[in-house]
Amino acid sequence: MNRFLLIVAALVAYLLFNAFYTVGEAQQVILTQFGKPVGEPKTEAGLKMKLPFIQTVNRIDKRVLEWDGSPSDMPTKDKLYISVDLFARWRIIDPMAYFLRMRDERSALSRLDDILGSETRNAVAKHELIEIVRTTKDRIPLKDPILLENAEATKGEDSTPIGSLVPIRKGREQVEQEIFKAAAEKVKVFGIELLDIRFKRINYNDSVQPKIFERMISERRQIAERFRSEGNGEAARIRGNMTRDLNRIQSEAYRKVEEIRGEGDAKAAEIYANAYNQSPAAAKFYEFTRTMDAYKSIVTQDSTVVLSTDSDLFKYLKEAGSPSTTQ
Amino acid sequence: MSKESSAPLLKWRSPVGISPVQSFLRLFHAAPIVLILLAIVAWSSWYTVPSDSVAVLQRFGKYQAEIPPGLHFKIPLGVDVATILPVKRQLKQEFGFYTDNATNPDQYSDTPEEESPMVTGDLNAALLEWVVQYRISEPTKYLFAVREPGQTLRDVSESVMREAVGDRTVDEVLTIGRQEIEAEALILMQQLATRYEMGVSIDQVQLKNINPPAPVQDSFNEVNQAQQEKERLINEARRDYNRVIPLAEGEKDQRIREAEGYRLKRINEAEGDVARFNAVLTEYQKAPEVTQRRLYIETLQTILPDVQNKVVVDENMQGILPLLNLNRQLPQPTSQEASQ
Repeated sequence: MNRFLLIVAALVAYLLFNAFYTVGEAQQVILTQFGKPVGEPKTEAGLKMKLPFIQTVNRIDKRVLEWDGSPSDMPTKDKLYISVDLFARWRIIDPMAYFLRMRDERSALSRLDDILGSETRNAVAKHELIEIVRTTKDRIPLKDPILLENAEATKGEDSTPIGSLVPIRKGREQVEQEIFKAAAEKVKVFGIELLDIRFKRINYNDSVQPKIFERMISERRQIAERFRSEGNGEAARIRGNMTRDLNRIQSEAYRKVEEIRGEGDAKAAEIYANAYNQSPAAAKFYEFTRTMDAYKSIVTQDSTVVLSTDSDLFKYLKEAGSPSTTQ
Repeated sequence: MSKESSAPLLKWRSPVGISPVQSFLRLFHAAPIVLILLAIVAWSSWYTVPSDSVAVLQRFGKYQAEIPPGLHFKIPLGVDVATILPVKRQLKQEFGFYTDNATNPDQYSDTPEEESPMVTGDLNAALLEWVVQYRISEPTKYLFAVREPGQTLRDVSESVMREAVGDRTVDEVLTIGRQEIEAEALILMQQLATRYEMGVSIDQVQLKNINPPAPVQDSFNEVNQAQQEKERLINEARRDYNRVIPLAEGEKDQRIREAEGYRLKRINEAEGDVARFNAVLTEYQKAPEVTQRRLYIETLQTILPDVQNKVVVDENMQGILPLLNLNRQLPQPTSQEASQ
């Protein structure tokens, strides 16, 4: 008897235990009775009651959930193969619809895979790569003053100057919005609200990468080459300056020297002229003394001097002459 | 767990109605298990919250309160659940690289090499490594608003970083734009964290290594080398300039000074000559004829002794050529000057 009571008590306890369930803050619950949903979804957190055994608890997350797509390769409008990785935020706003159509999260995620995957492909195929890469339309990039002082002169392969951004019409955010709008409509029927989607990773496909690298290398080479020629050019300019300055300095020196010497000569001439011109007698005397001086240097050791006896010096060699006949 | 200590339990349990011997035997075996269970219950009804954390307490799943650091009581057996969150600790997420011994499970991903490649706004590629420092600012949101907030933050960070890099040239990303990227990424991440109600606040976004992809690295180095070479070429030319020009300036000054010396010399000499001339002139004027004659004779006296060929001819003699030895001295200056 006692044993029987004990078993009954245990059964009652088990029943009671099964009649209660908890709803977490992050959860909402749909009760099903033999697979069929019963009553409104329970969205309030706390301890709840149900019919034991007959009703089953189906917990559905109330939080913002993440969908992280796997990277997939797709072509852009400009035929570049890129690998795109997307992520999305979503949550279950209509748990009943969600429960009826999806049952569990795995099927919801795979549905999101399909919808977002195809919408992404559509959007990417409609846009050029740069529209997905860039966001701000009119951004003017900072330029490295040393690296790109003559950047306008150096064009990249697509005639975009090195160091400037490729222009865009829409930009990443708008493309994201396009994908988001298209997909949000489609997932609504599953009781899912798509909160937003964002590109997580966009990379060049492995087959495109070598070409991109080649372009980068050729761009860098251009810059390097420009540096070298700038260096040589600037060096040549400096050497030219050097020659110019050297010529200037030397010719200035020459001019100055000649001026000064001329000045000296002129001054000396003036002094001489003033002295020798002071009177006719002075002029005559100068002529005489200067001639005498000249003789000293003109008549040298190997000169032959023919002197006549009527010269002043030798006139006495022939005869003494009378004092009256002198001169 | 000695038998003595389980004695009160025996008495309490015995009225259940099984035969005393049986119940004694059963409880003898059951007592340690019950005690262990009780101990576990007692043990699990206490919990400590570390000083850098708070606990979020849920009763039957419903949010109750935020519990400050310290030792606290809760209803055991899963009725109360306390989740401890390190709200005061600065948490870190690493992208593109990882450091070992991370306590935060969201600190790094399993595939850091997939996080770093990015496409820049001039359609180049760059490899980035960066760190995000954040804090759990609102524990309830962190727990209840978003599932996997850590992973979400990682995705947000990657997305935002690519947005910032996508708007910049490769040169900005690699060199001059680093701070700008950090600032922009921080603002964008803060905005998104708020919008997603993740309950975290972003403190800092720091860029670590930024490199061009490995195959391109050499050409980037080449640019640096070319830059150095440019500097070198210019410096060499400047060196030549500096070697030549100041010297030429000095030489110029030297020549000018020499010329000035020449000028001074000329003037002084002229003045000297004139002084001498004037002195002699004064005397000459006193007796012009005598002085002149004296000077003439004196001069000839000075000159003639050195002259080896001296011919004195009579004033009536007509031809003097036969007297001259023309073979010996061909360029013969006939000194007619001497005959005045």
